[in-house]
Amino acid sequence: MKAATPNRGASAAATVREWNSSYRPVDKVKNVLWIIVRSFLLFGICFIIIYPILTKLSIAFKDRADIFDSTIVWIPRHFTMDNIYKAIELLDYFEAVTNTFILSAGTAVLQVISCALAGYGFARLKFKGSSIVFALVVFTIVIPPQTIMAPTYLHFRFFDVFGLYGLFTGKPGVNLLESYWPFFISSATAMGMKNGLYIYIFRQFFRGLPKELEEAAYVDGAGIMKSFFKVMLPNAIPAMATVALFSFVWQWNDDYFTNLYMANSVVLSKMLYILPSNLLAIRDEYSYVSLLINTATLLAIAPIFLLYLFAQRYFVESVERTGLVG
Amino acid sequence: MAKKRLLSLERKKSIFGVLFISPWIIGFLLLMAVPLYQSIRFSFSELTINATGYSLEYVGWANFNKAFFVDTWFNRSLTEAVTKMLLNVPLIIFFSLFTATLLSQKFRGRMLTRSIIFLPVVMASGVIAGLDGSNYLASMMGEAANDMEGNYTGLSGFDLIPFLLDAGMSRSVVFYFAGAVDRIYQIVTSSGVQILIFLAGIQSISPSLYEASKMEGATGYESFWKITFPMMTPLILTNTVYSIVDSFYKNNVTNYIKDIAFRQLNFGLSSAMSWAYFVLISIILLISTTIISKRVFYYD
Repeated sequence: MKAATPNRGASAAATVREWNSSYRPVDKVKNVLWIIVRSFLLFGICFIIIYPILTKLSIAFKDRADIFDSTIVWIPRHFTMDNIYKAIELLDYFEAVTNTFILSAGTAVLQVISCALAGYGFARLKFKGSSIVFALVVFTIVIPPQTIMAPTYLHFRFFDVFGLYGLFTGKPGVNLLESYWPFFISSATAMGMKNGLYIYIFRQFFRGLPKELEEAAYVDGAGIMKSFFKVMLPNAIPAMATVALFSFVWQWNDDYFTNLYMANSVVLSKMLYILPSNLLAIRDEYSYVSLLINTATLLAIAPIFLLYLFAQRYFVESVERTGLVG
Repeated sequence: MAKKRLLSLERKKSIFGVLFISPWIIGFLLLMAVPLYQSIRFSFSELTINATGYSLEYVGWANFNKAFFVDTWFNRSLTEAVTKMLLNVPLIIFFSLFTATLLSQKFRGRMLTRSIIFLPVVMASGVIAGLDGSNYLASMMGEAANDMEGNYTGLSGFDLIPFLLDAGMSRSVVFYFAGAVDRIYQIVTSSGVQILIFLAGIQSISPSLYEASKMEGATGYESFWKITFPMMTPLILTNTVYSIVDSFYKNNVTNYIKDIAFRQLNFGLSSAMSWAYFVLISIILLISTTIISKRVFYYD
């Protein structure tokens, strides 16, 4: 054993080096630190998003006595359902939800159809000048709706396609306001809210699908229509889901167009919009008004929150594969 | 019997192309081109609605004159909207790129985190965002919570702004970031779509690029700036355009324009304002896209 002593220092160093290279403590510490920092950041971001929903939930069950009690932060002492009943009554909730649902679902279906057709046309069925037409699609994204708001409003007030109706009946056109028609017409012609974006999504998605799919269908004797409906559309379900969810939800939340075209109808976003002034007219007590507004907002987002709970996994995954990328 | 004409596939494709796009074309003509033309006409006229429709009377530049020099609110809300946009858009881009990078990594609970972060895409828009902006009770709750913290932990005594100013940072920078902290909710909630776009982009980068750089000894930081960032520049352009358009979609100016039209029933003035607004947005978009597209890197 004596012969080994002079080497002991060197062998110890070798052991340390070996230990270092097999366990990599520096890398491990770095890794753990990064995980801690990342979790911290992500938790923070999630908290910022969740916080308002939690406050609403907490407020919704609070009695009025609890509002000014500073010892109560989250869990109400006087648990009550009164706010919810009151908000349901004020919002005309069930009718409003039904109407909003018809409106949103209708526009979503129509927009998916018209935008999928247009997106496929731009991606695969090139014709002369189709790039110029596509530039116009992008142009419709950029143009603010306010610029064409007044003419569009008058357009639907005295609706008449190229003067044909007036020609046959002599009347100045049909009044389509206060109905779903303005929304359905603009969705069916891919001119509804943010439809340029949806066409863009579909175009990118169809461009990303392999050309061989279609070619195989053509070789097998399918026409363009058949290959579109039988081959391309079934493959485009992720894109369709994304667009459908976007358009459903954005229509649900939209108050700009609903207030413009359906100013007197019972739709959720419109009922919410007028709620503050209605409430202040009934009772001039600011905290109570705020209490009910919070509850009403919670009720209004509850359906889409539920929808998102079921759809989110699919939605998030499909969006990533949709190829929003250029 | 008529002989069936045989069309080449190319020819057929172009015919079907027009057919597929025709709903959009009809919509564009009916609901975009015609209204655009009309709104230009409105902006130079005085419009009166009557039972059989409406009539126009040409007034020249009077509406524009009124919008810019007589109206007390228009200029002010316009500048406010533009400053807000200029402050927020860089932060939104930075935040969403950062968050997308975080989300693209593999960790436990990734699905849950993602679905929470995309929640604002479906929720914080339209009327709900508007109501939340003036939420009296929620802000009161926040204050109550702050009071409690102040009393029991002593952690909140640390004030960042004077600290940074003492450290010798420029005033404008400090206030910019302090303001960003105050607007964090607004920034987080308006970044949803942008995060989605960046995330999809990051996931389309070939992993072999990262492997190669790792072999050469690049750190995570380096590979972010040398690989991820350049590959993301086209999407930064897309996202900037989207964020600018989004920020101009609904704000005080648009509400005001709508009020002028439907409360005061002054369609001419409202059209003039909206055209001025549109031209301004176009100029801003043009400037920002030219600046950014000079630095954009295309892989292929």
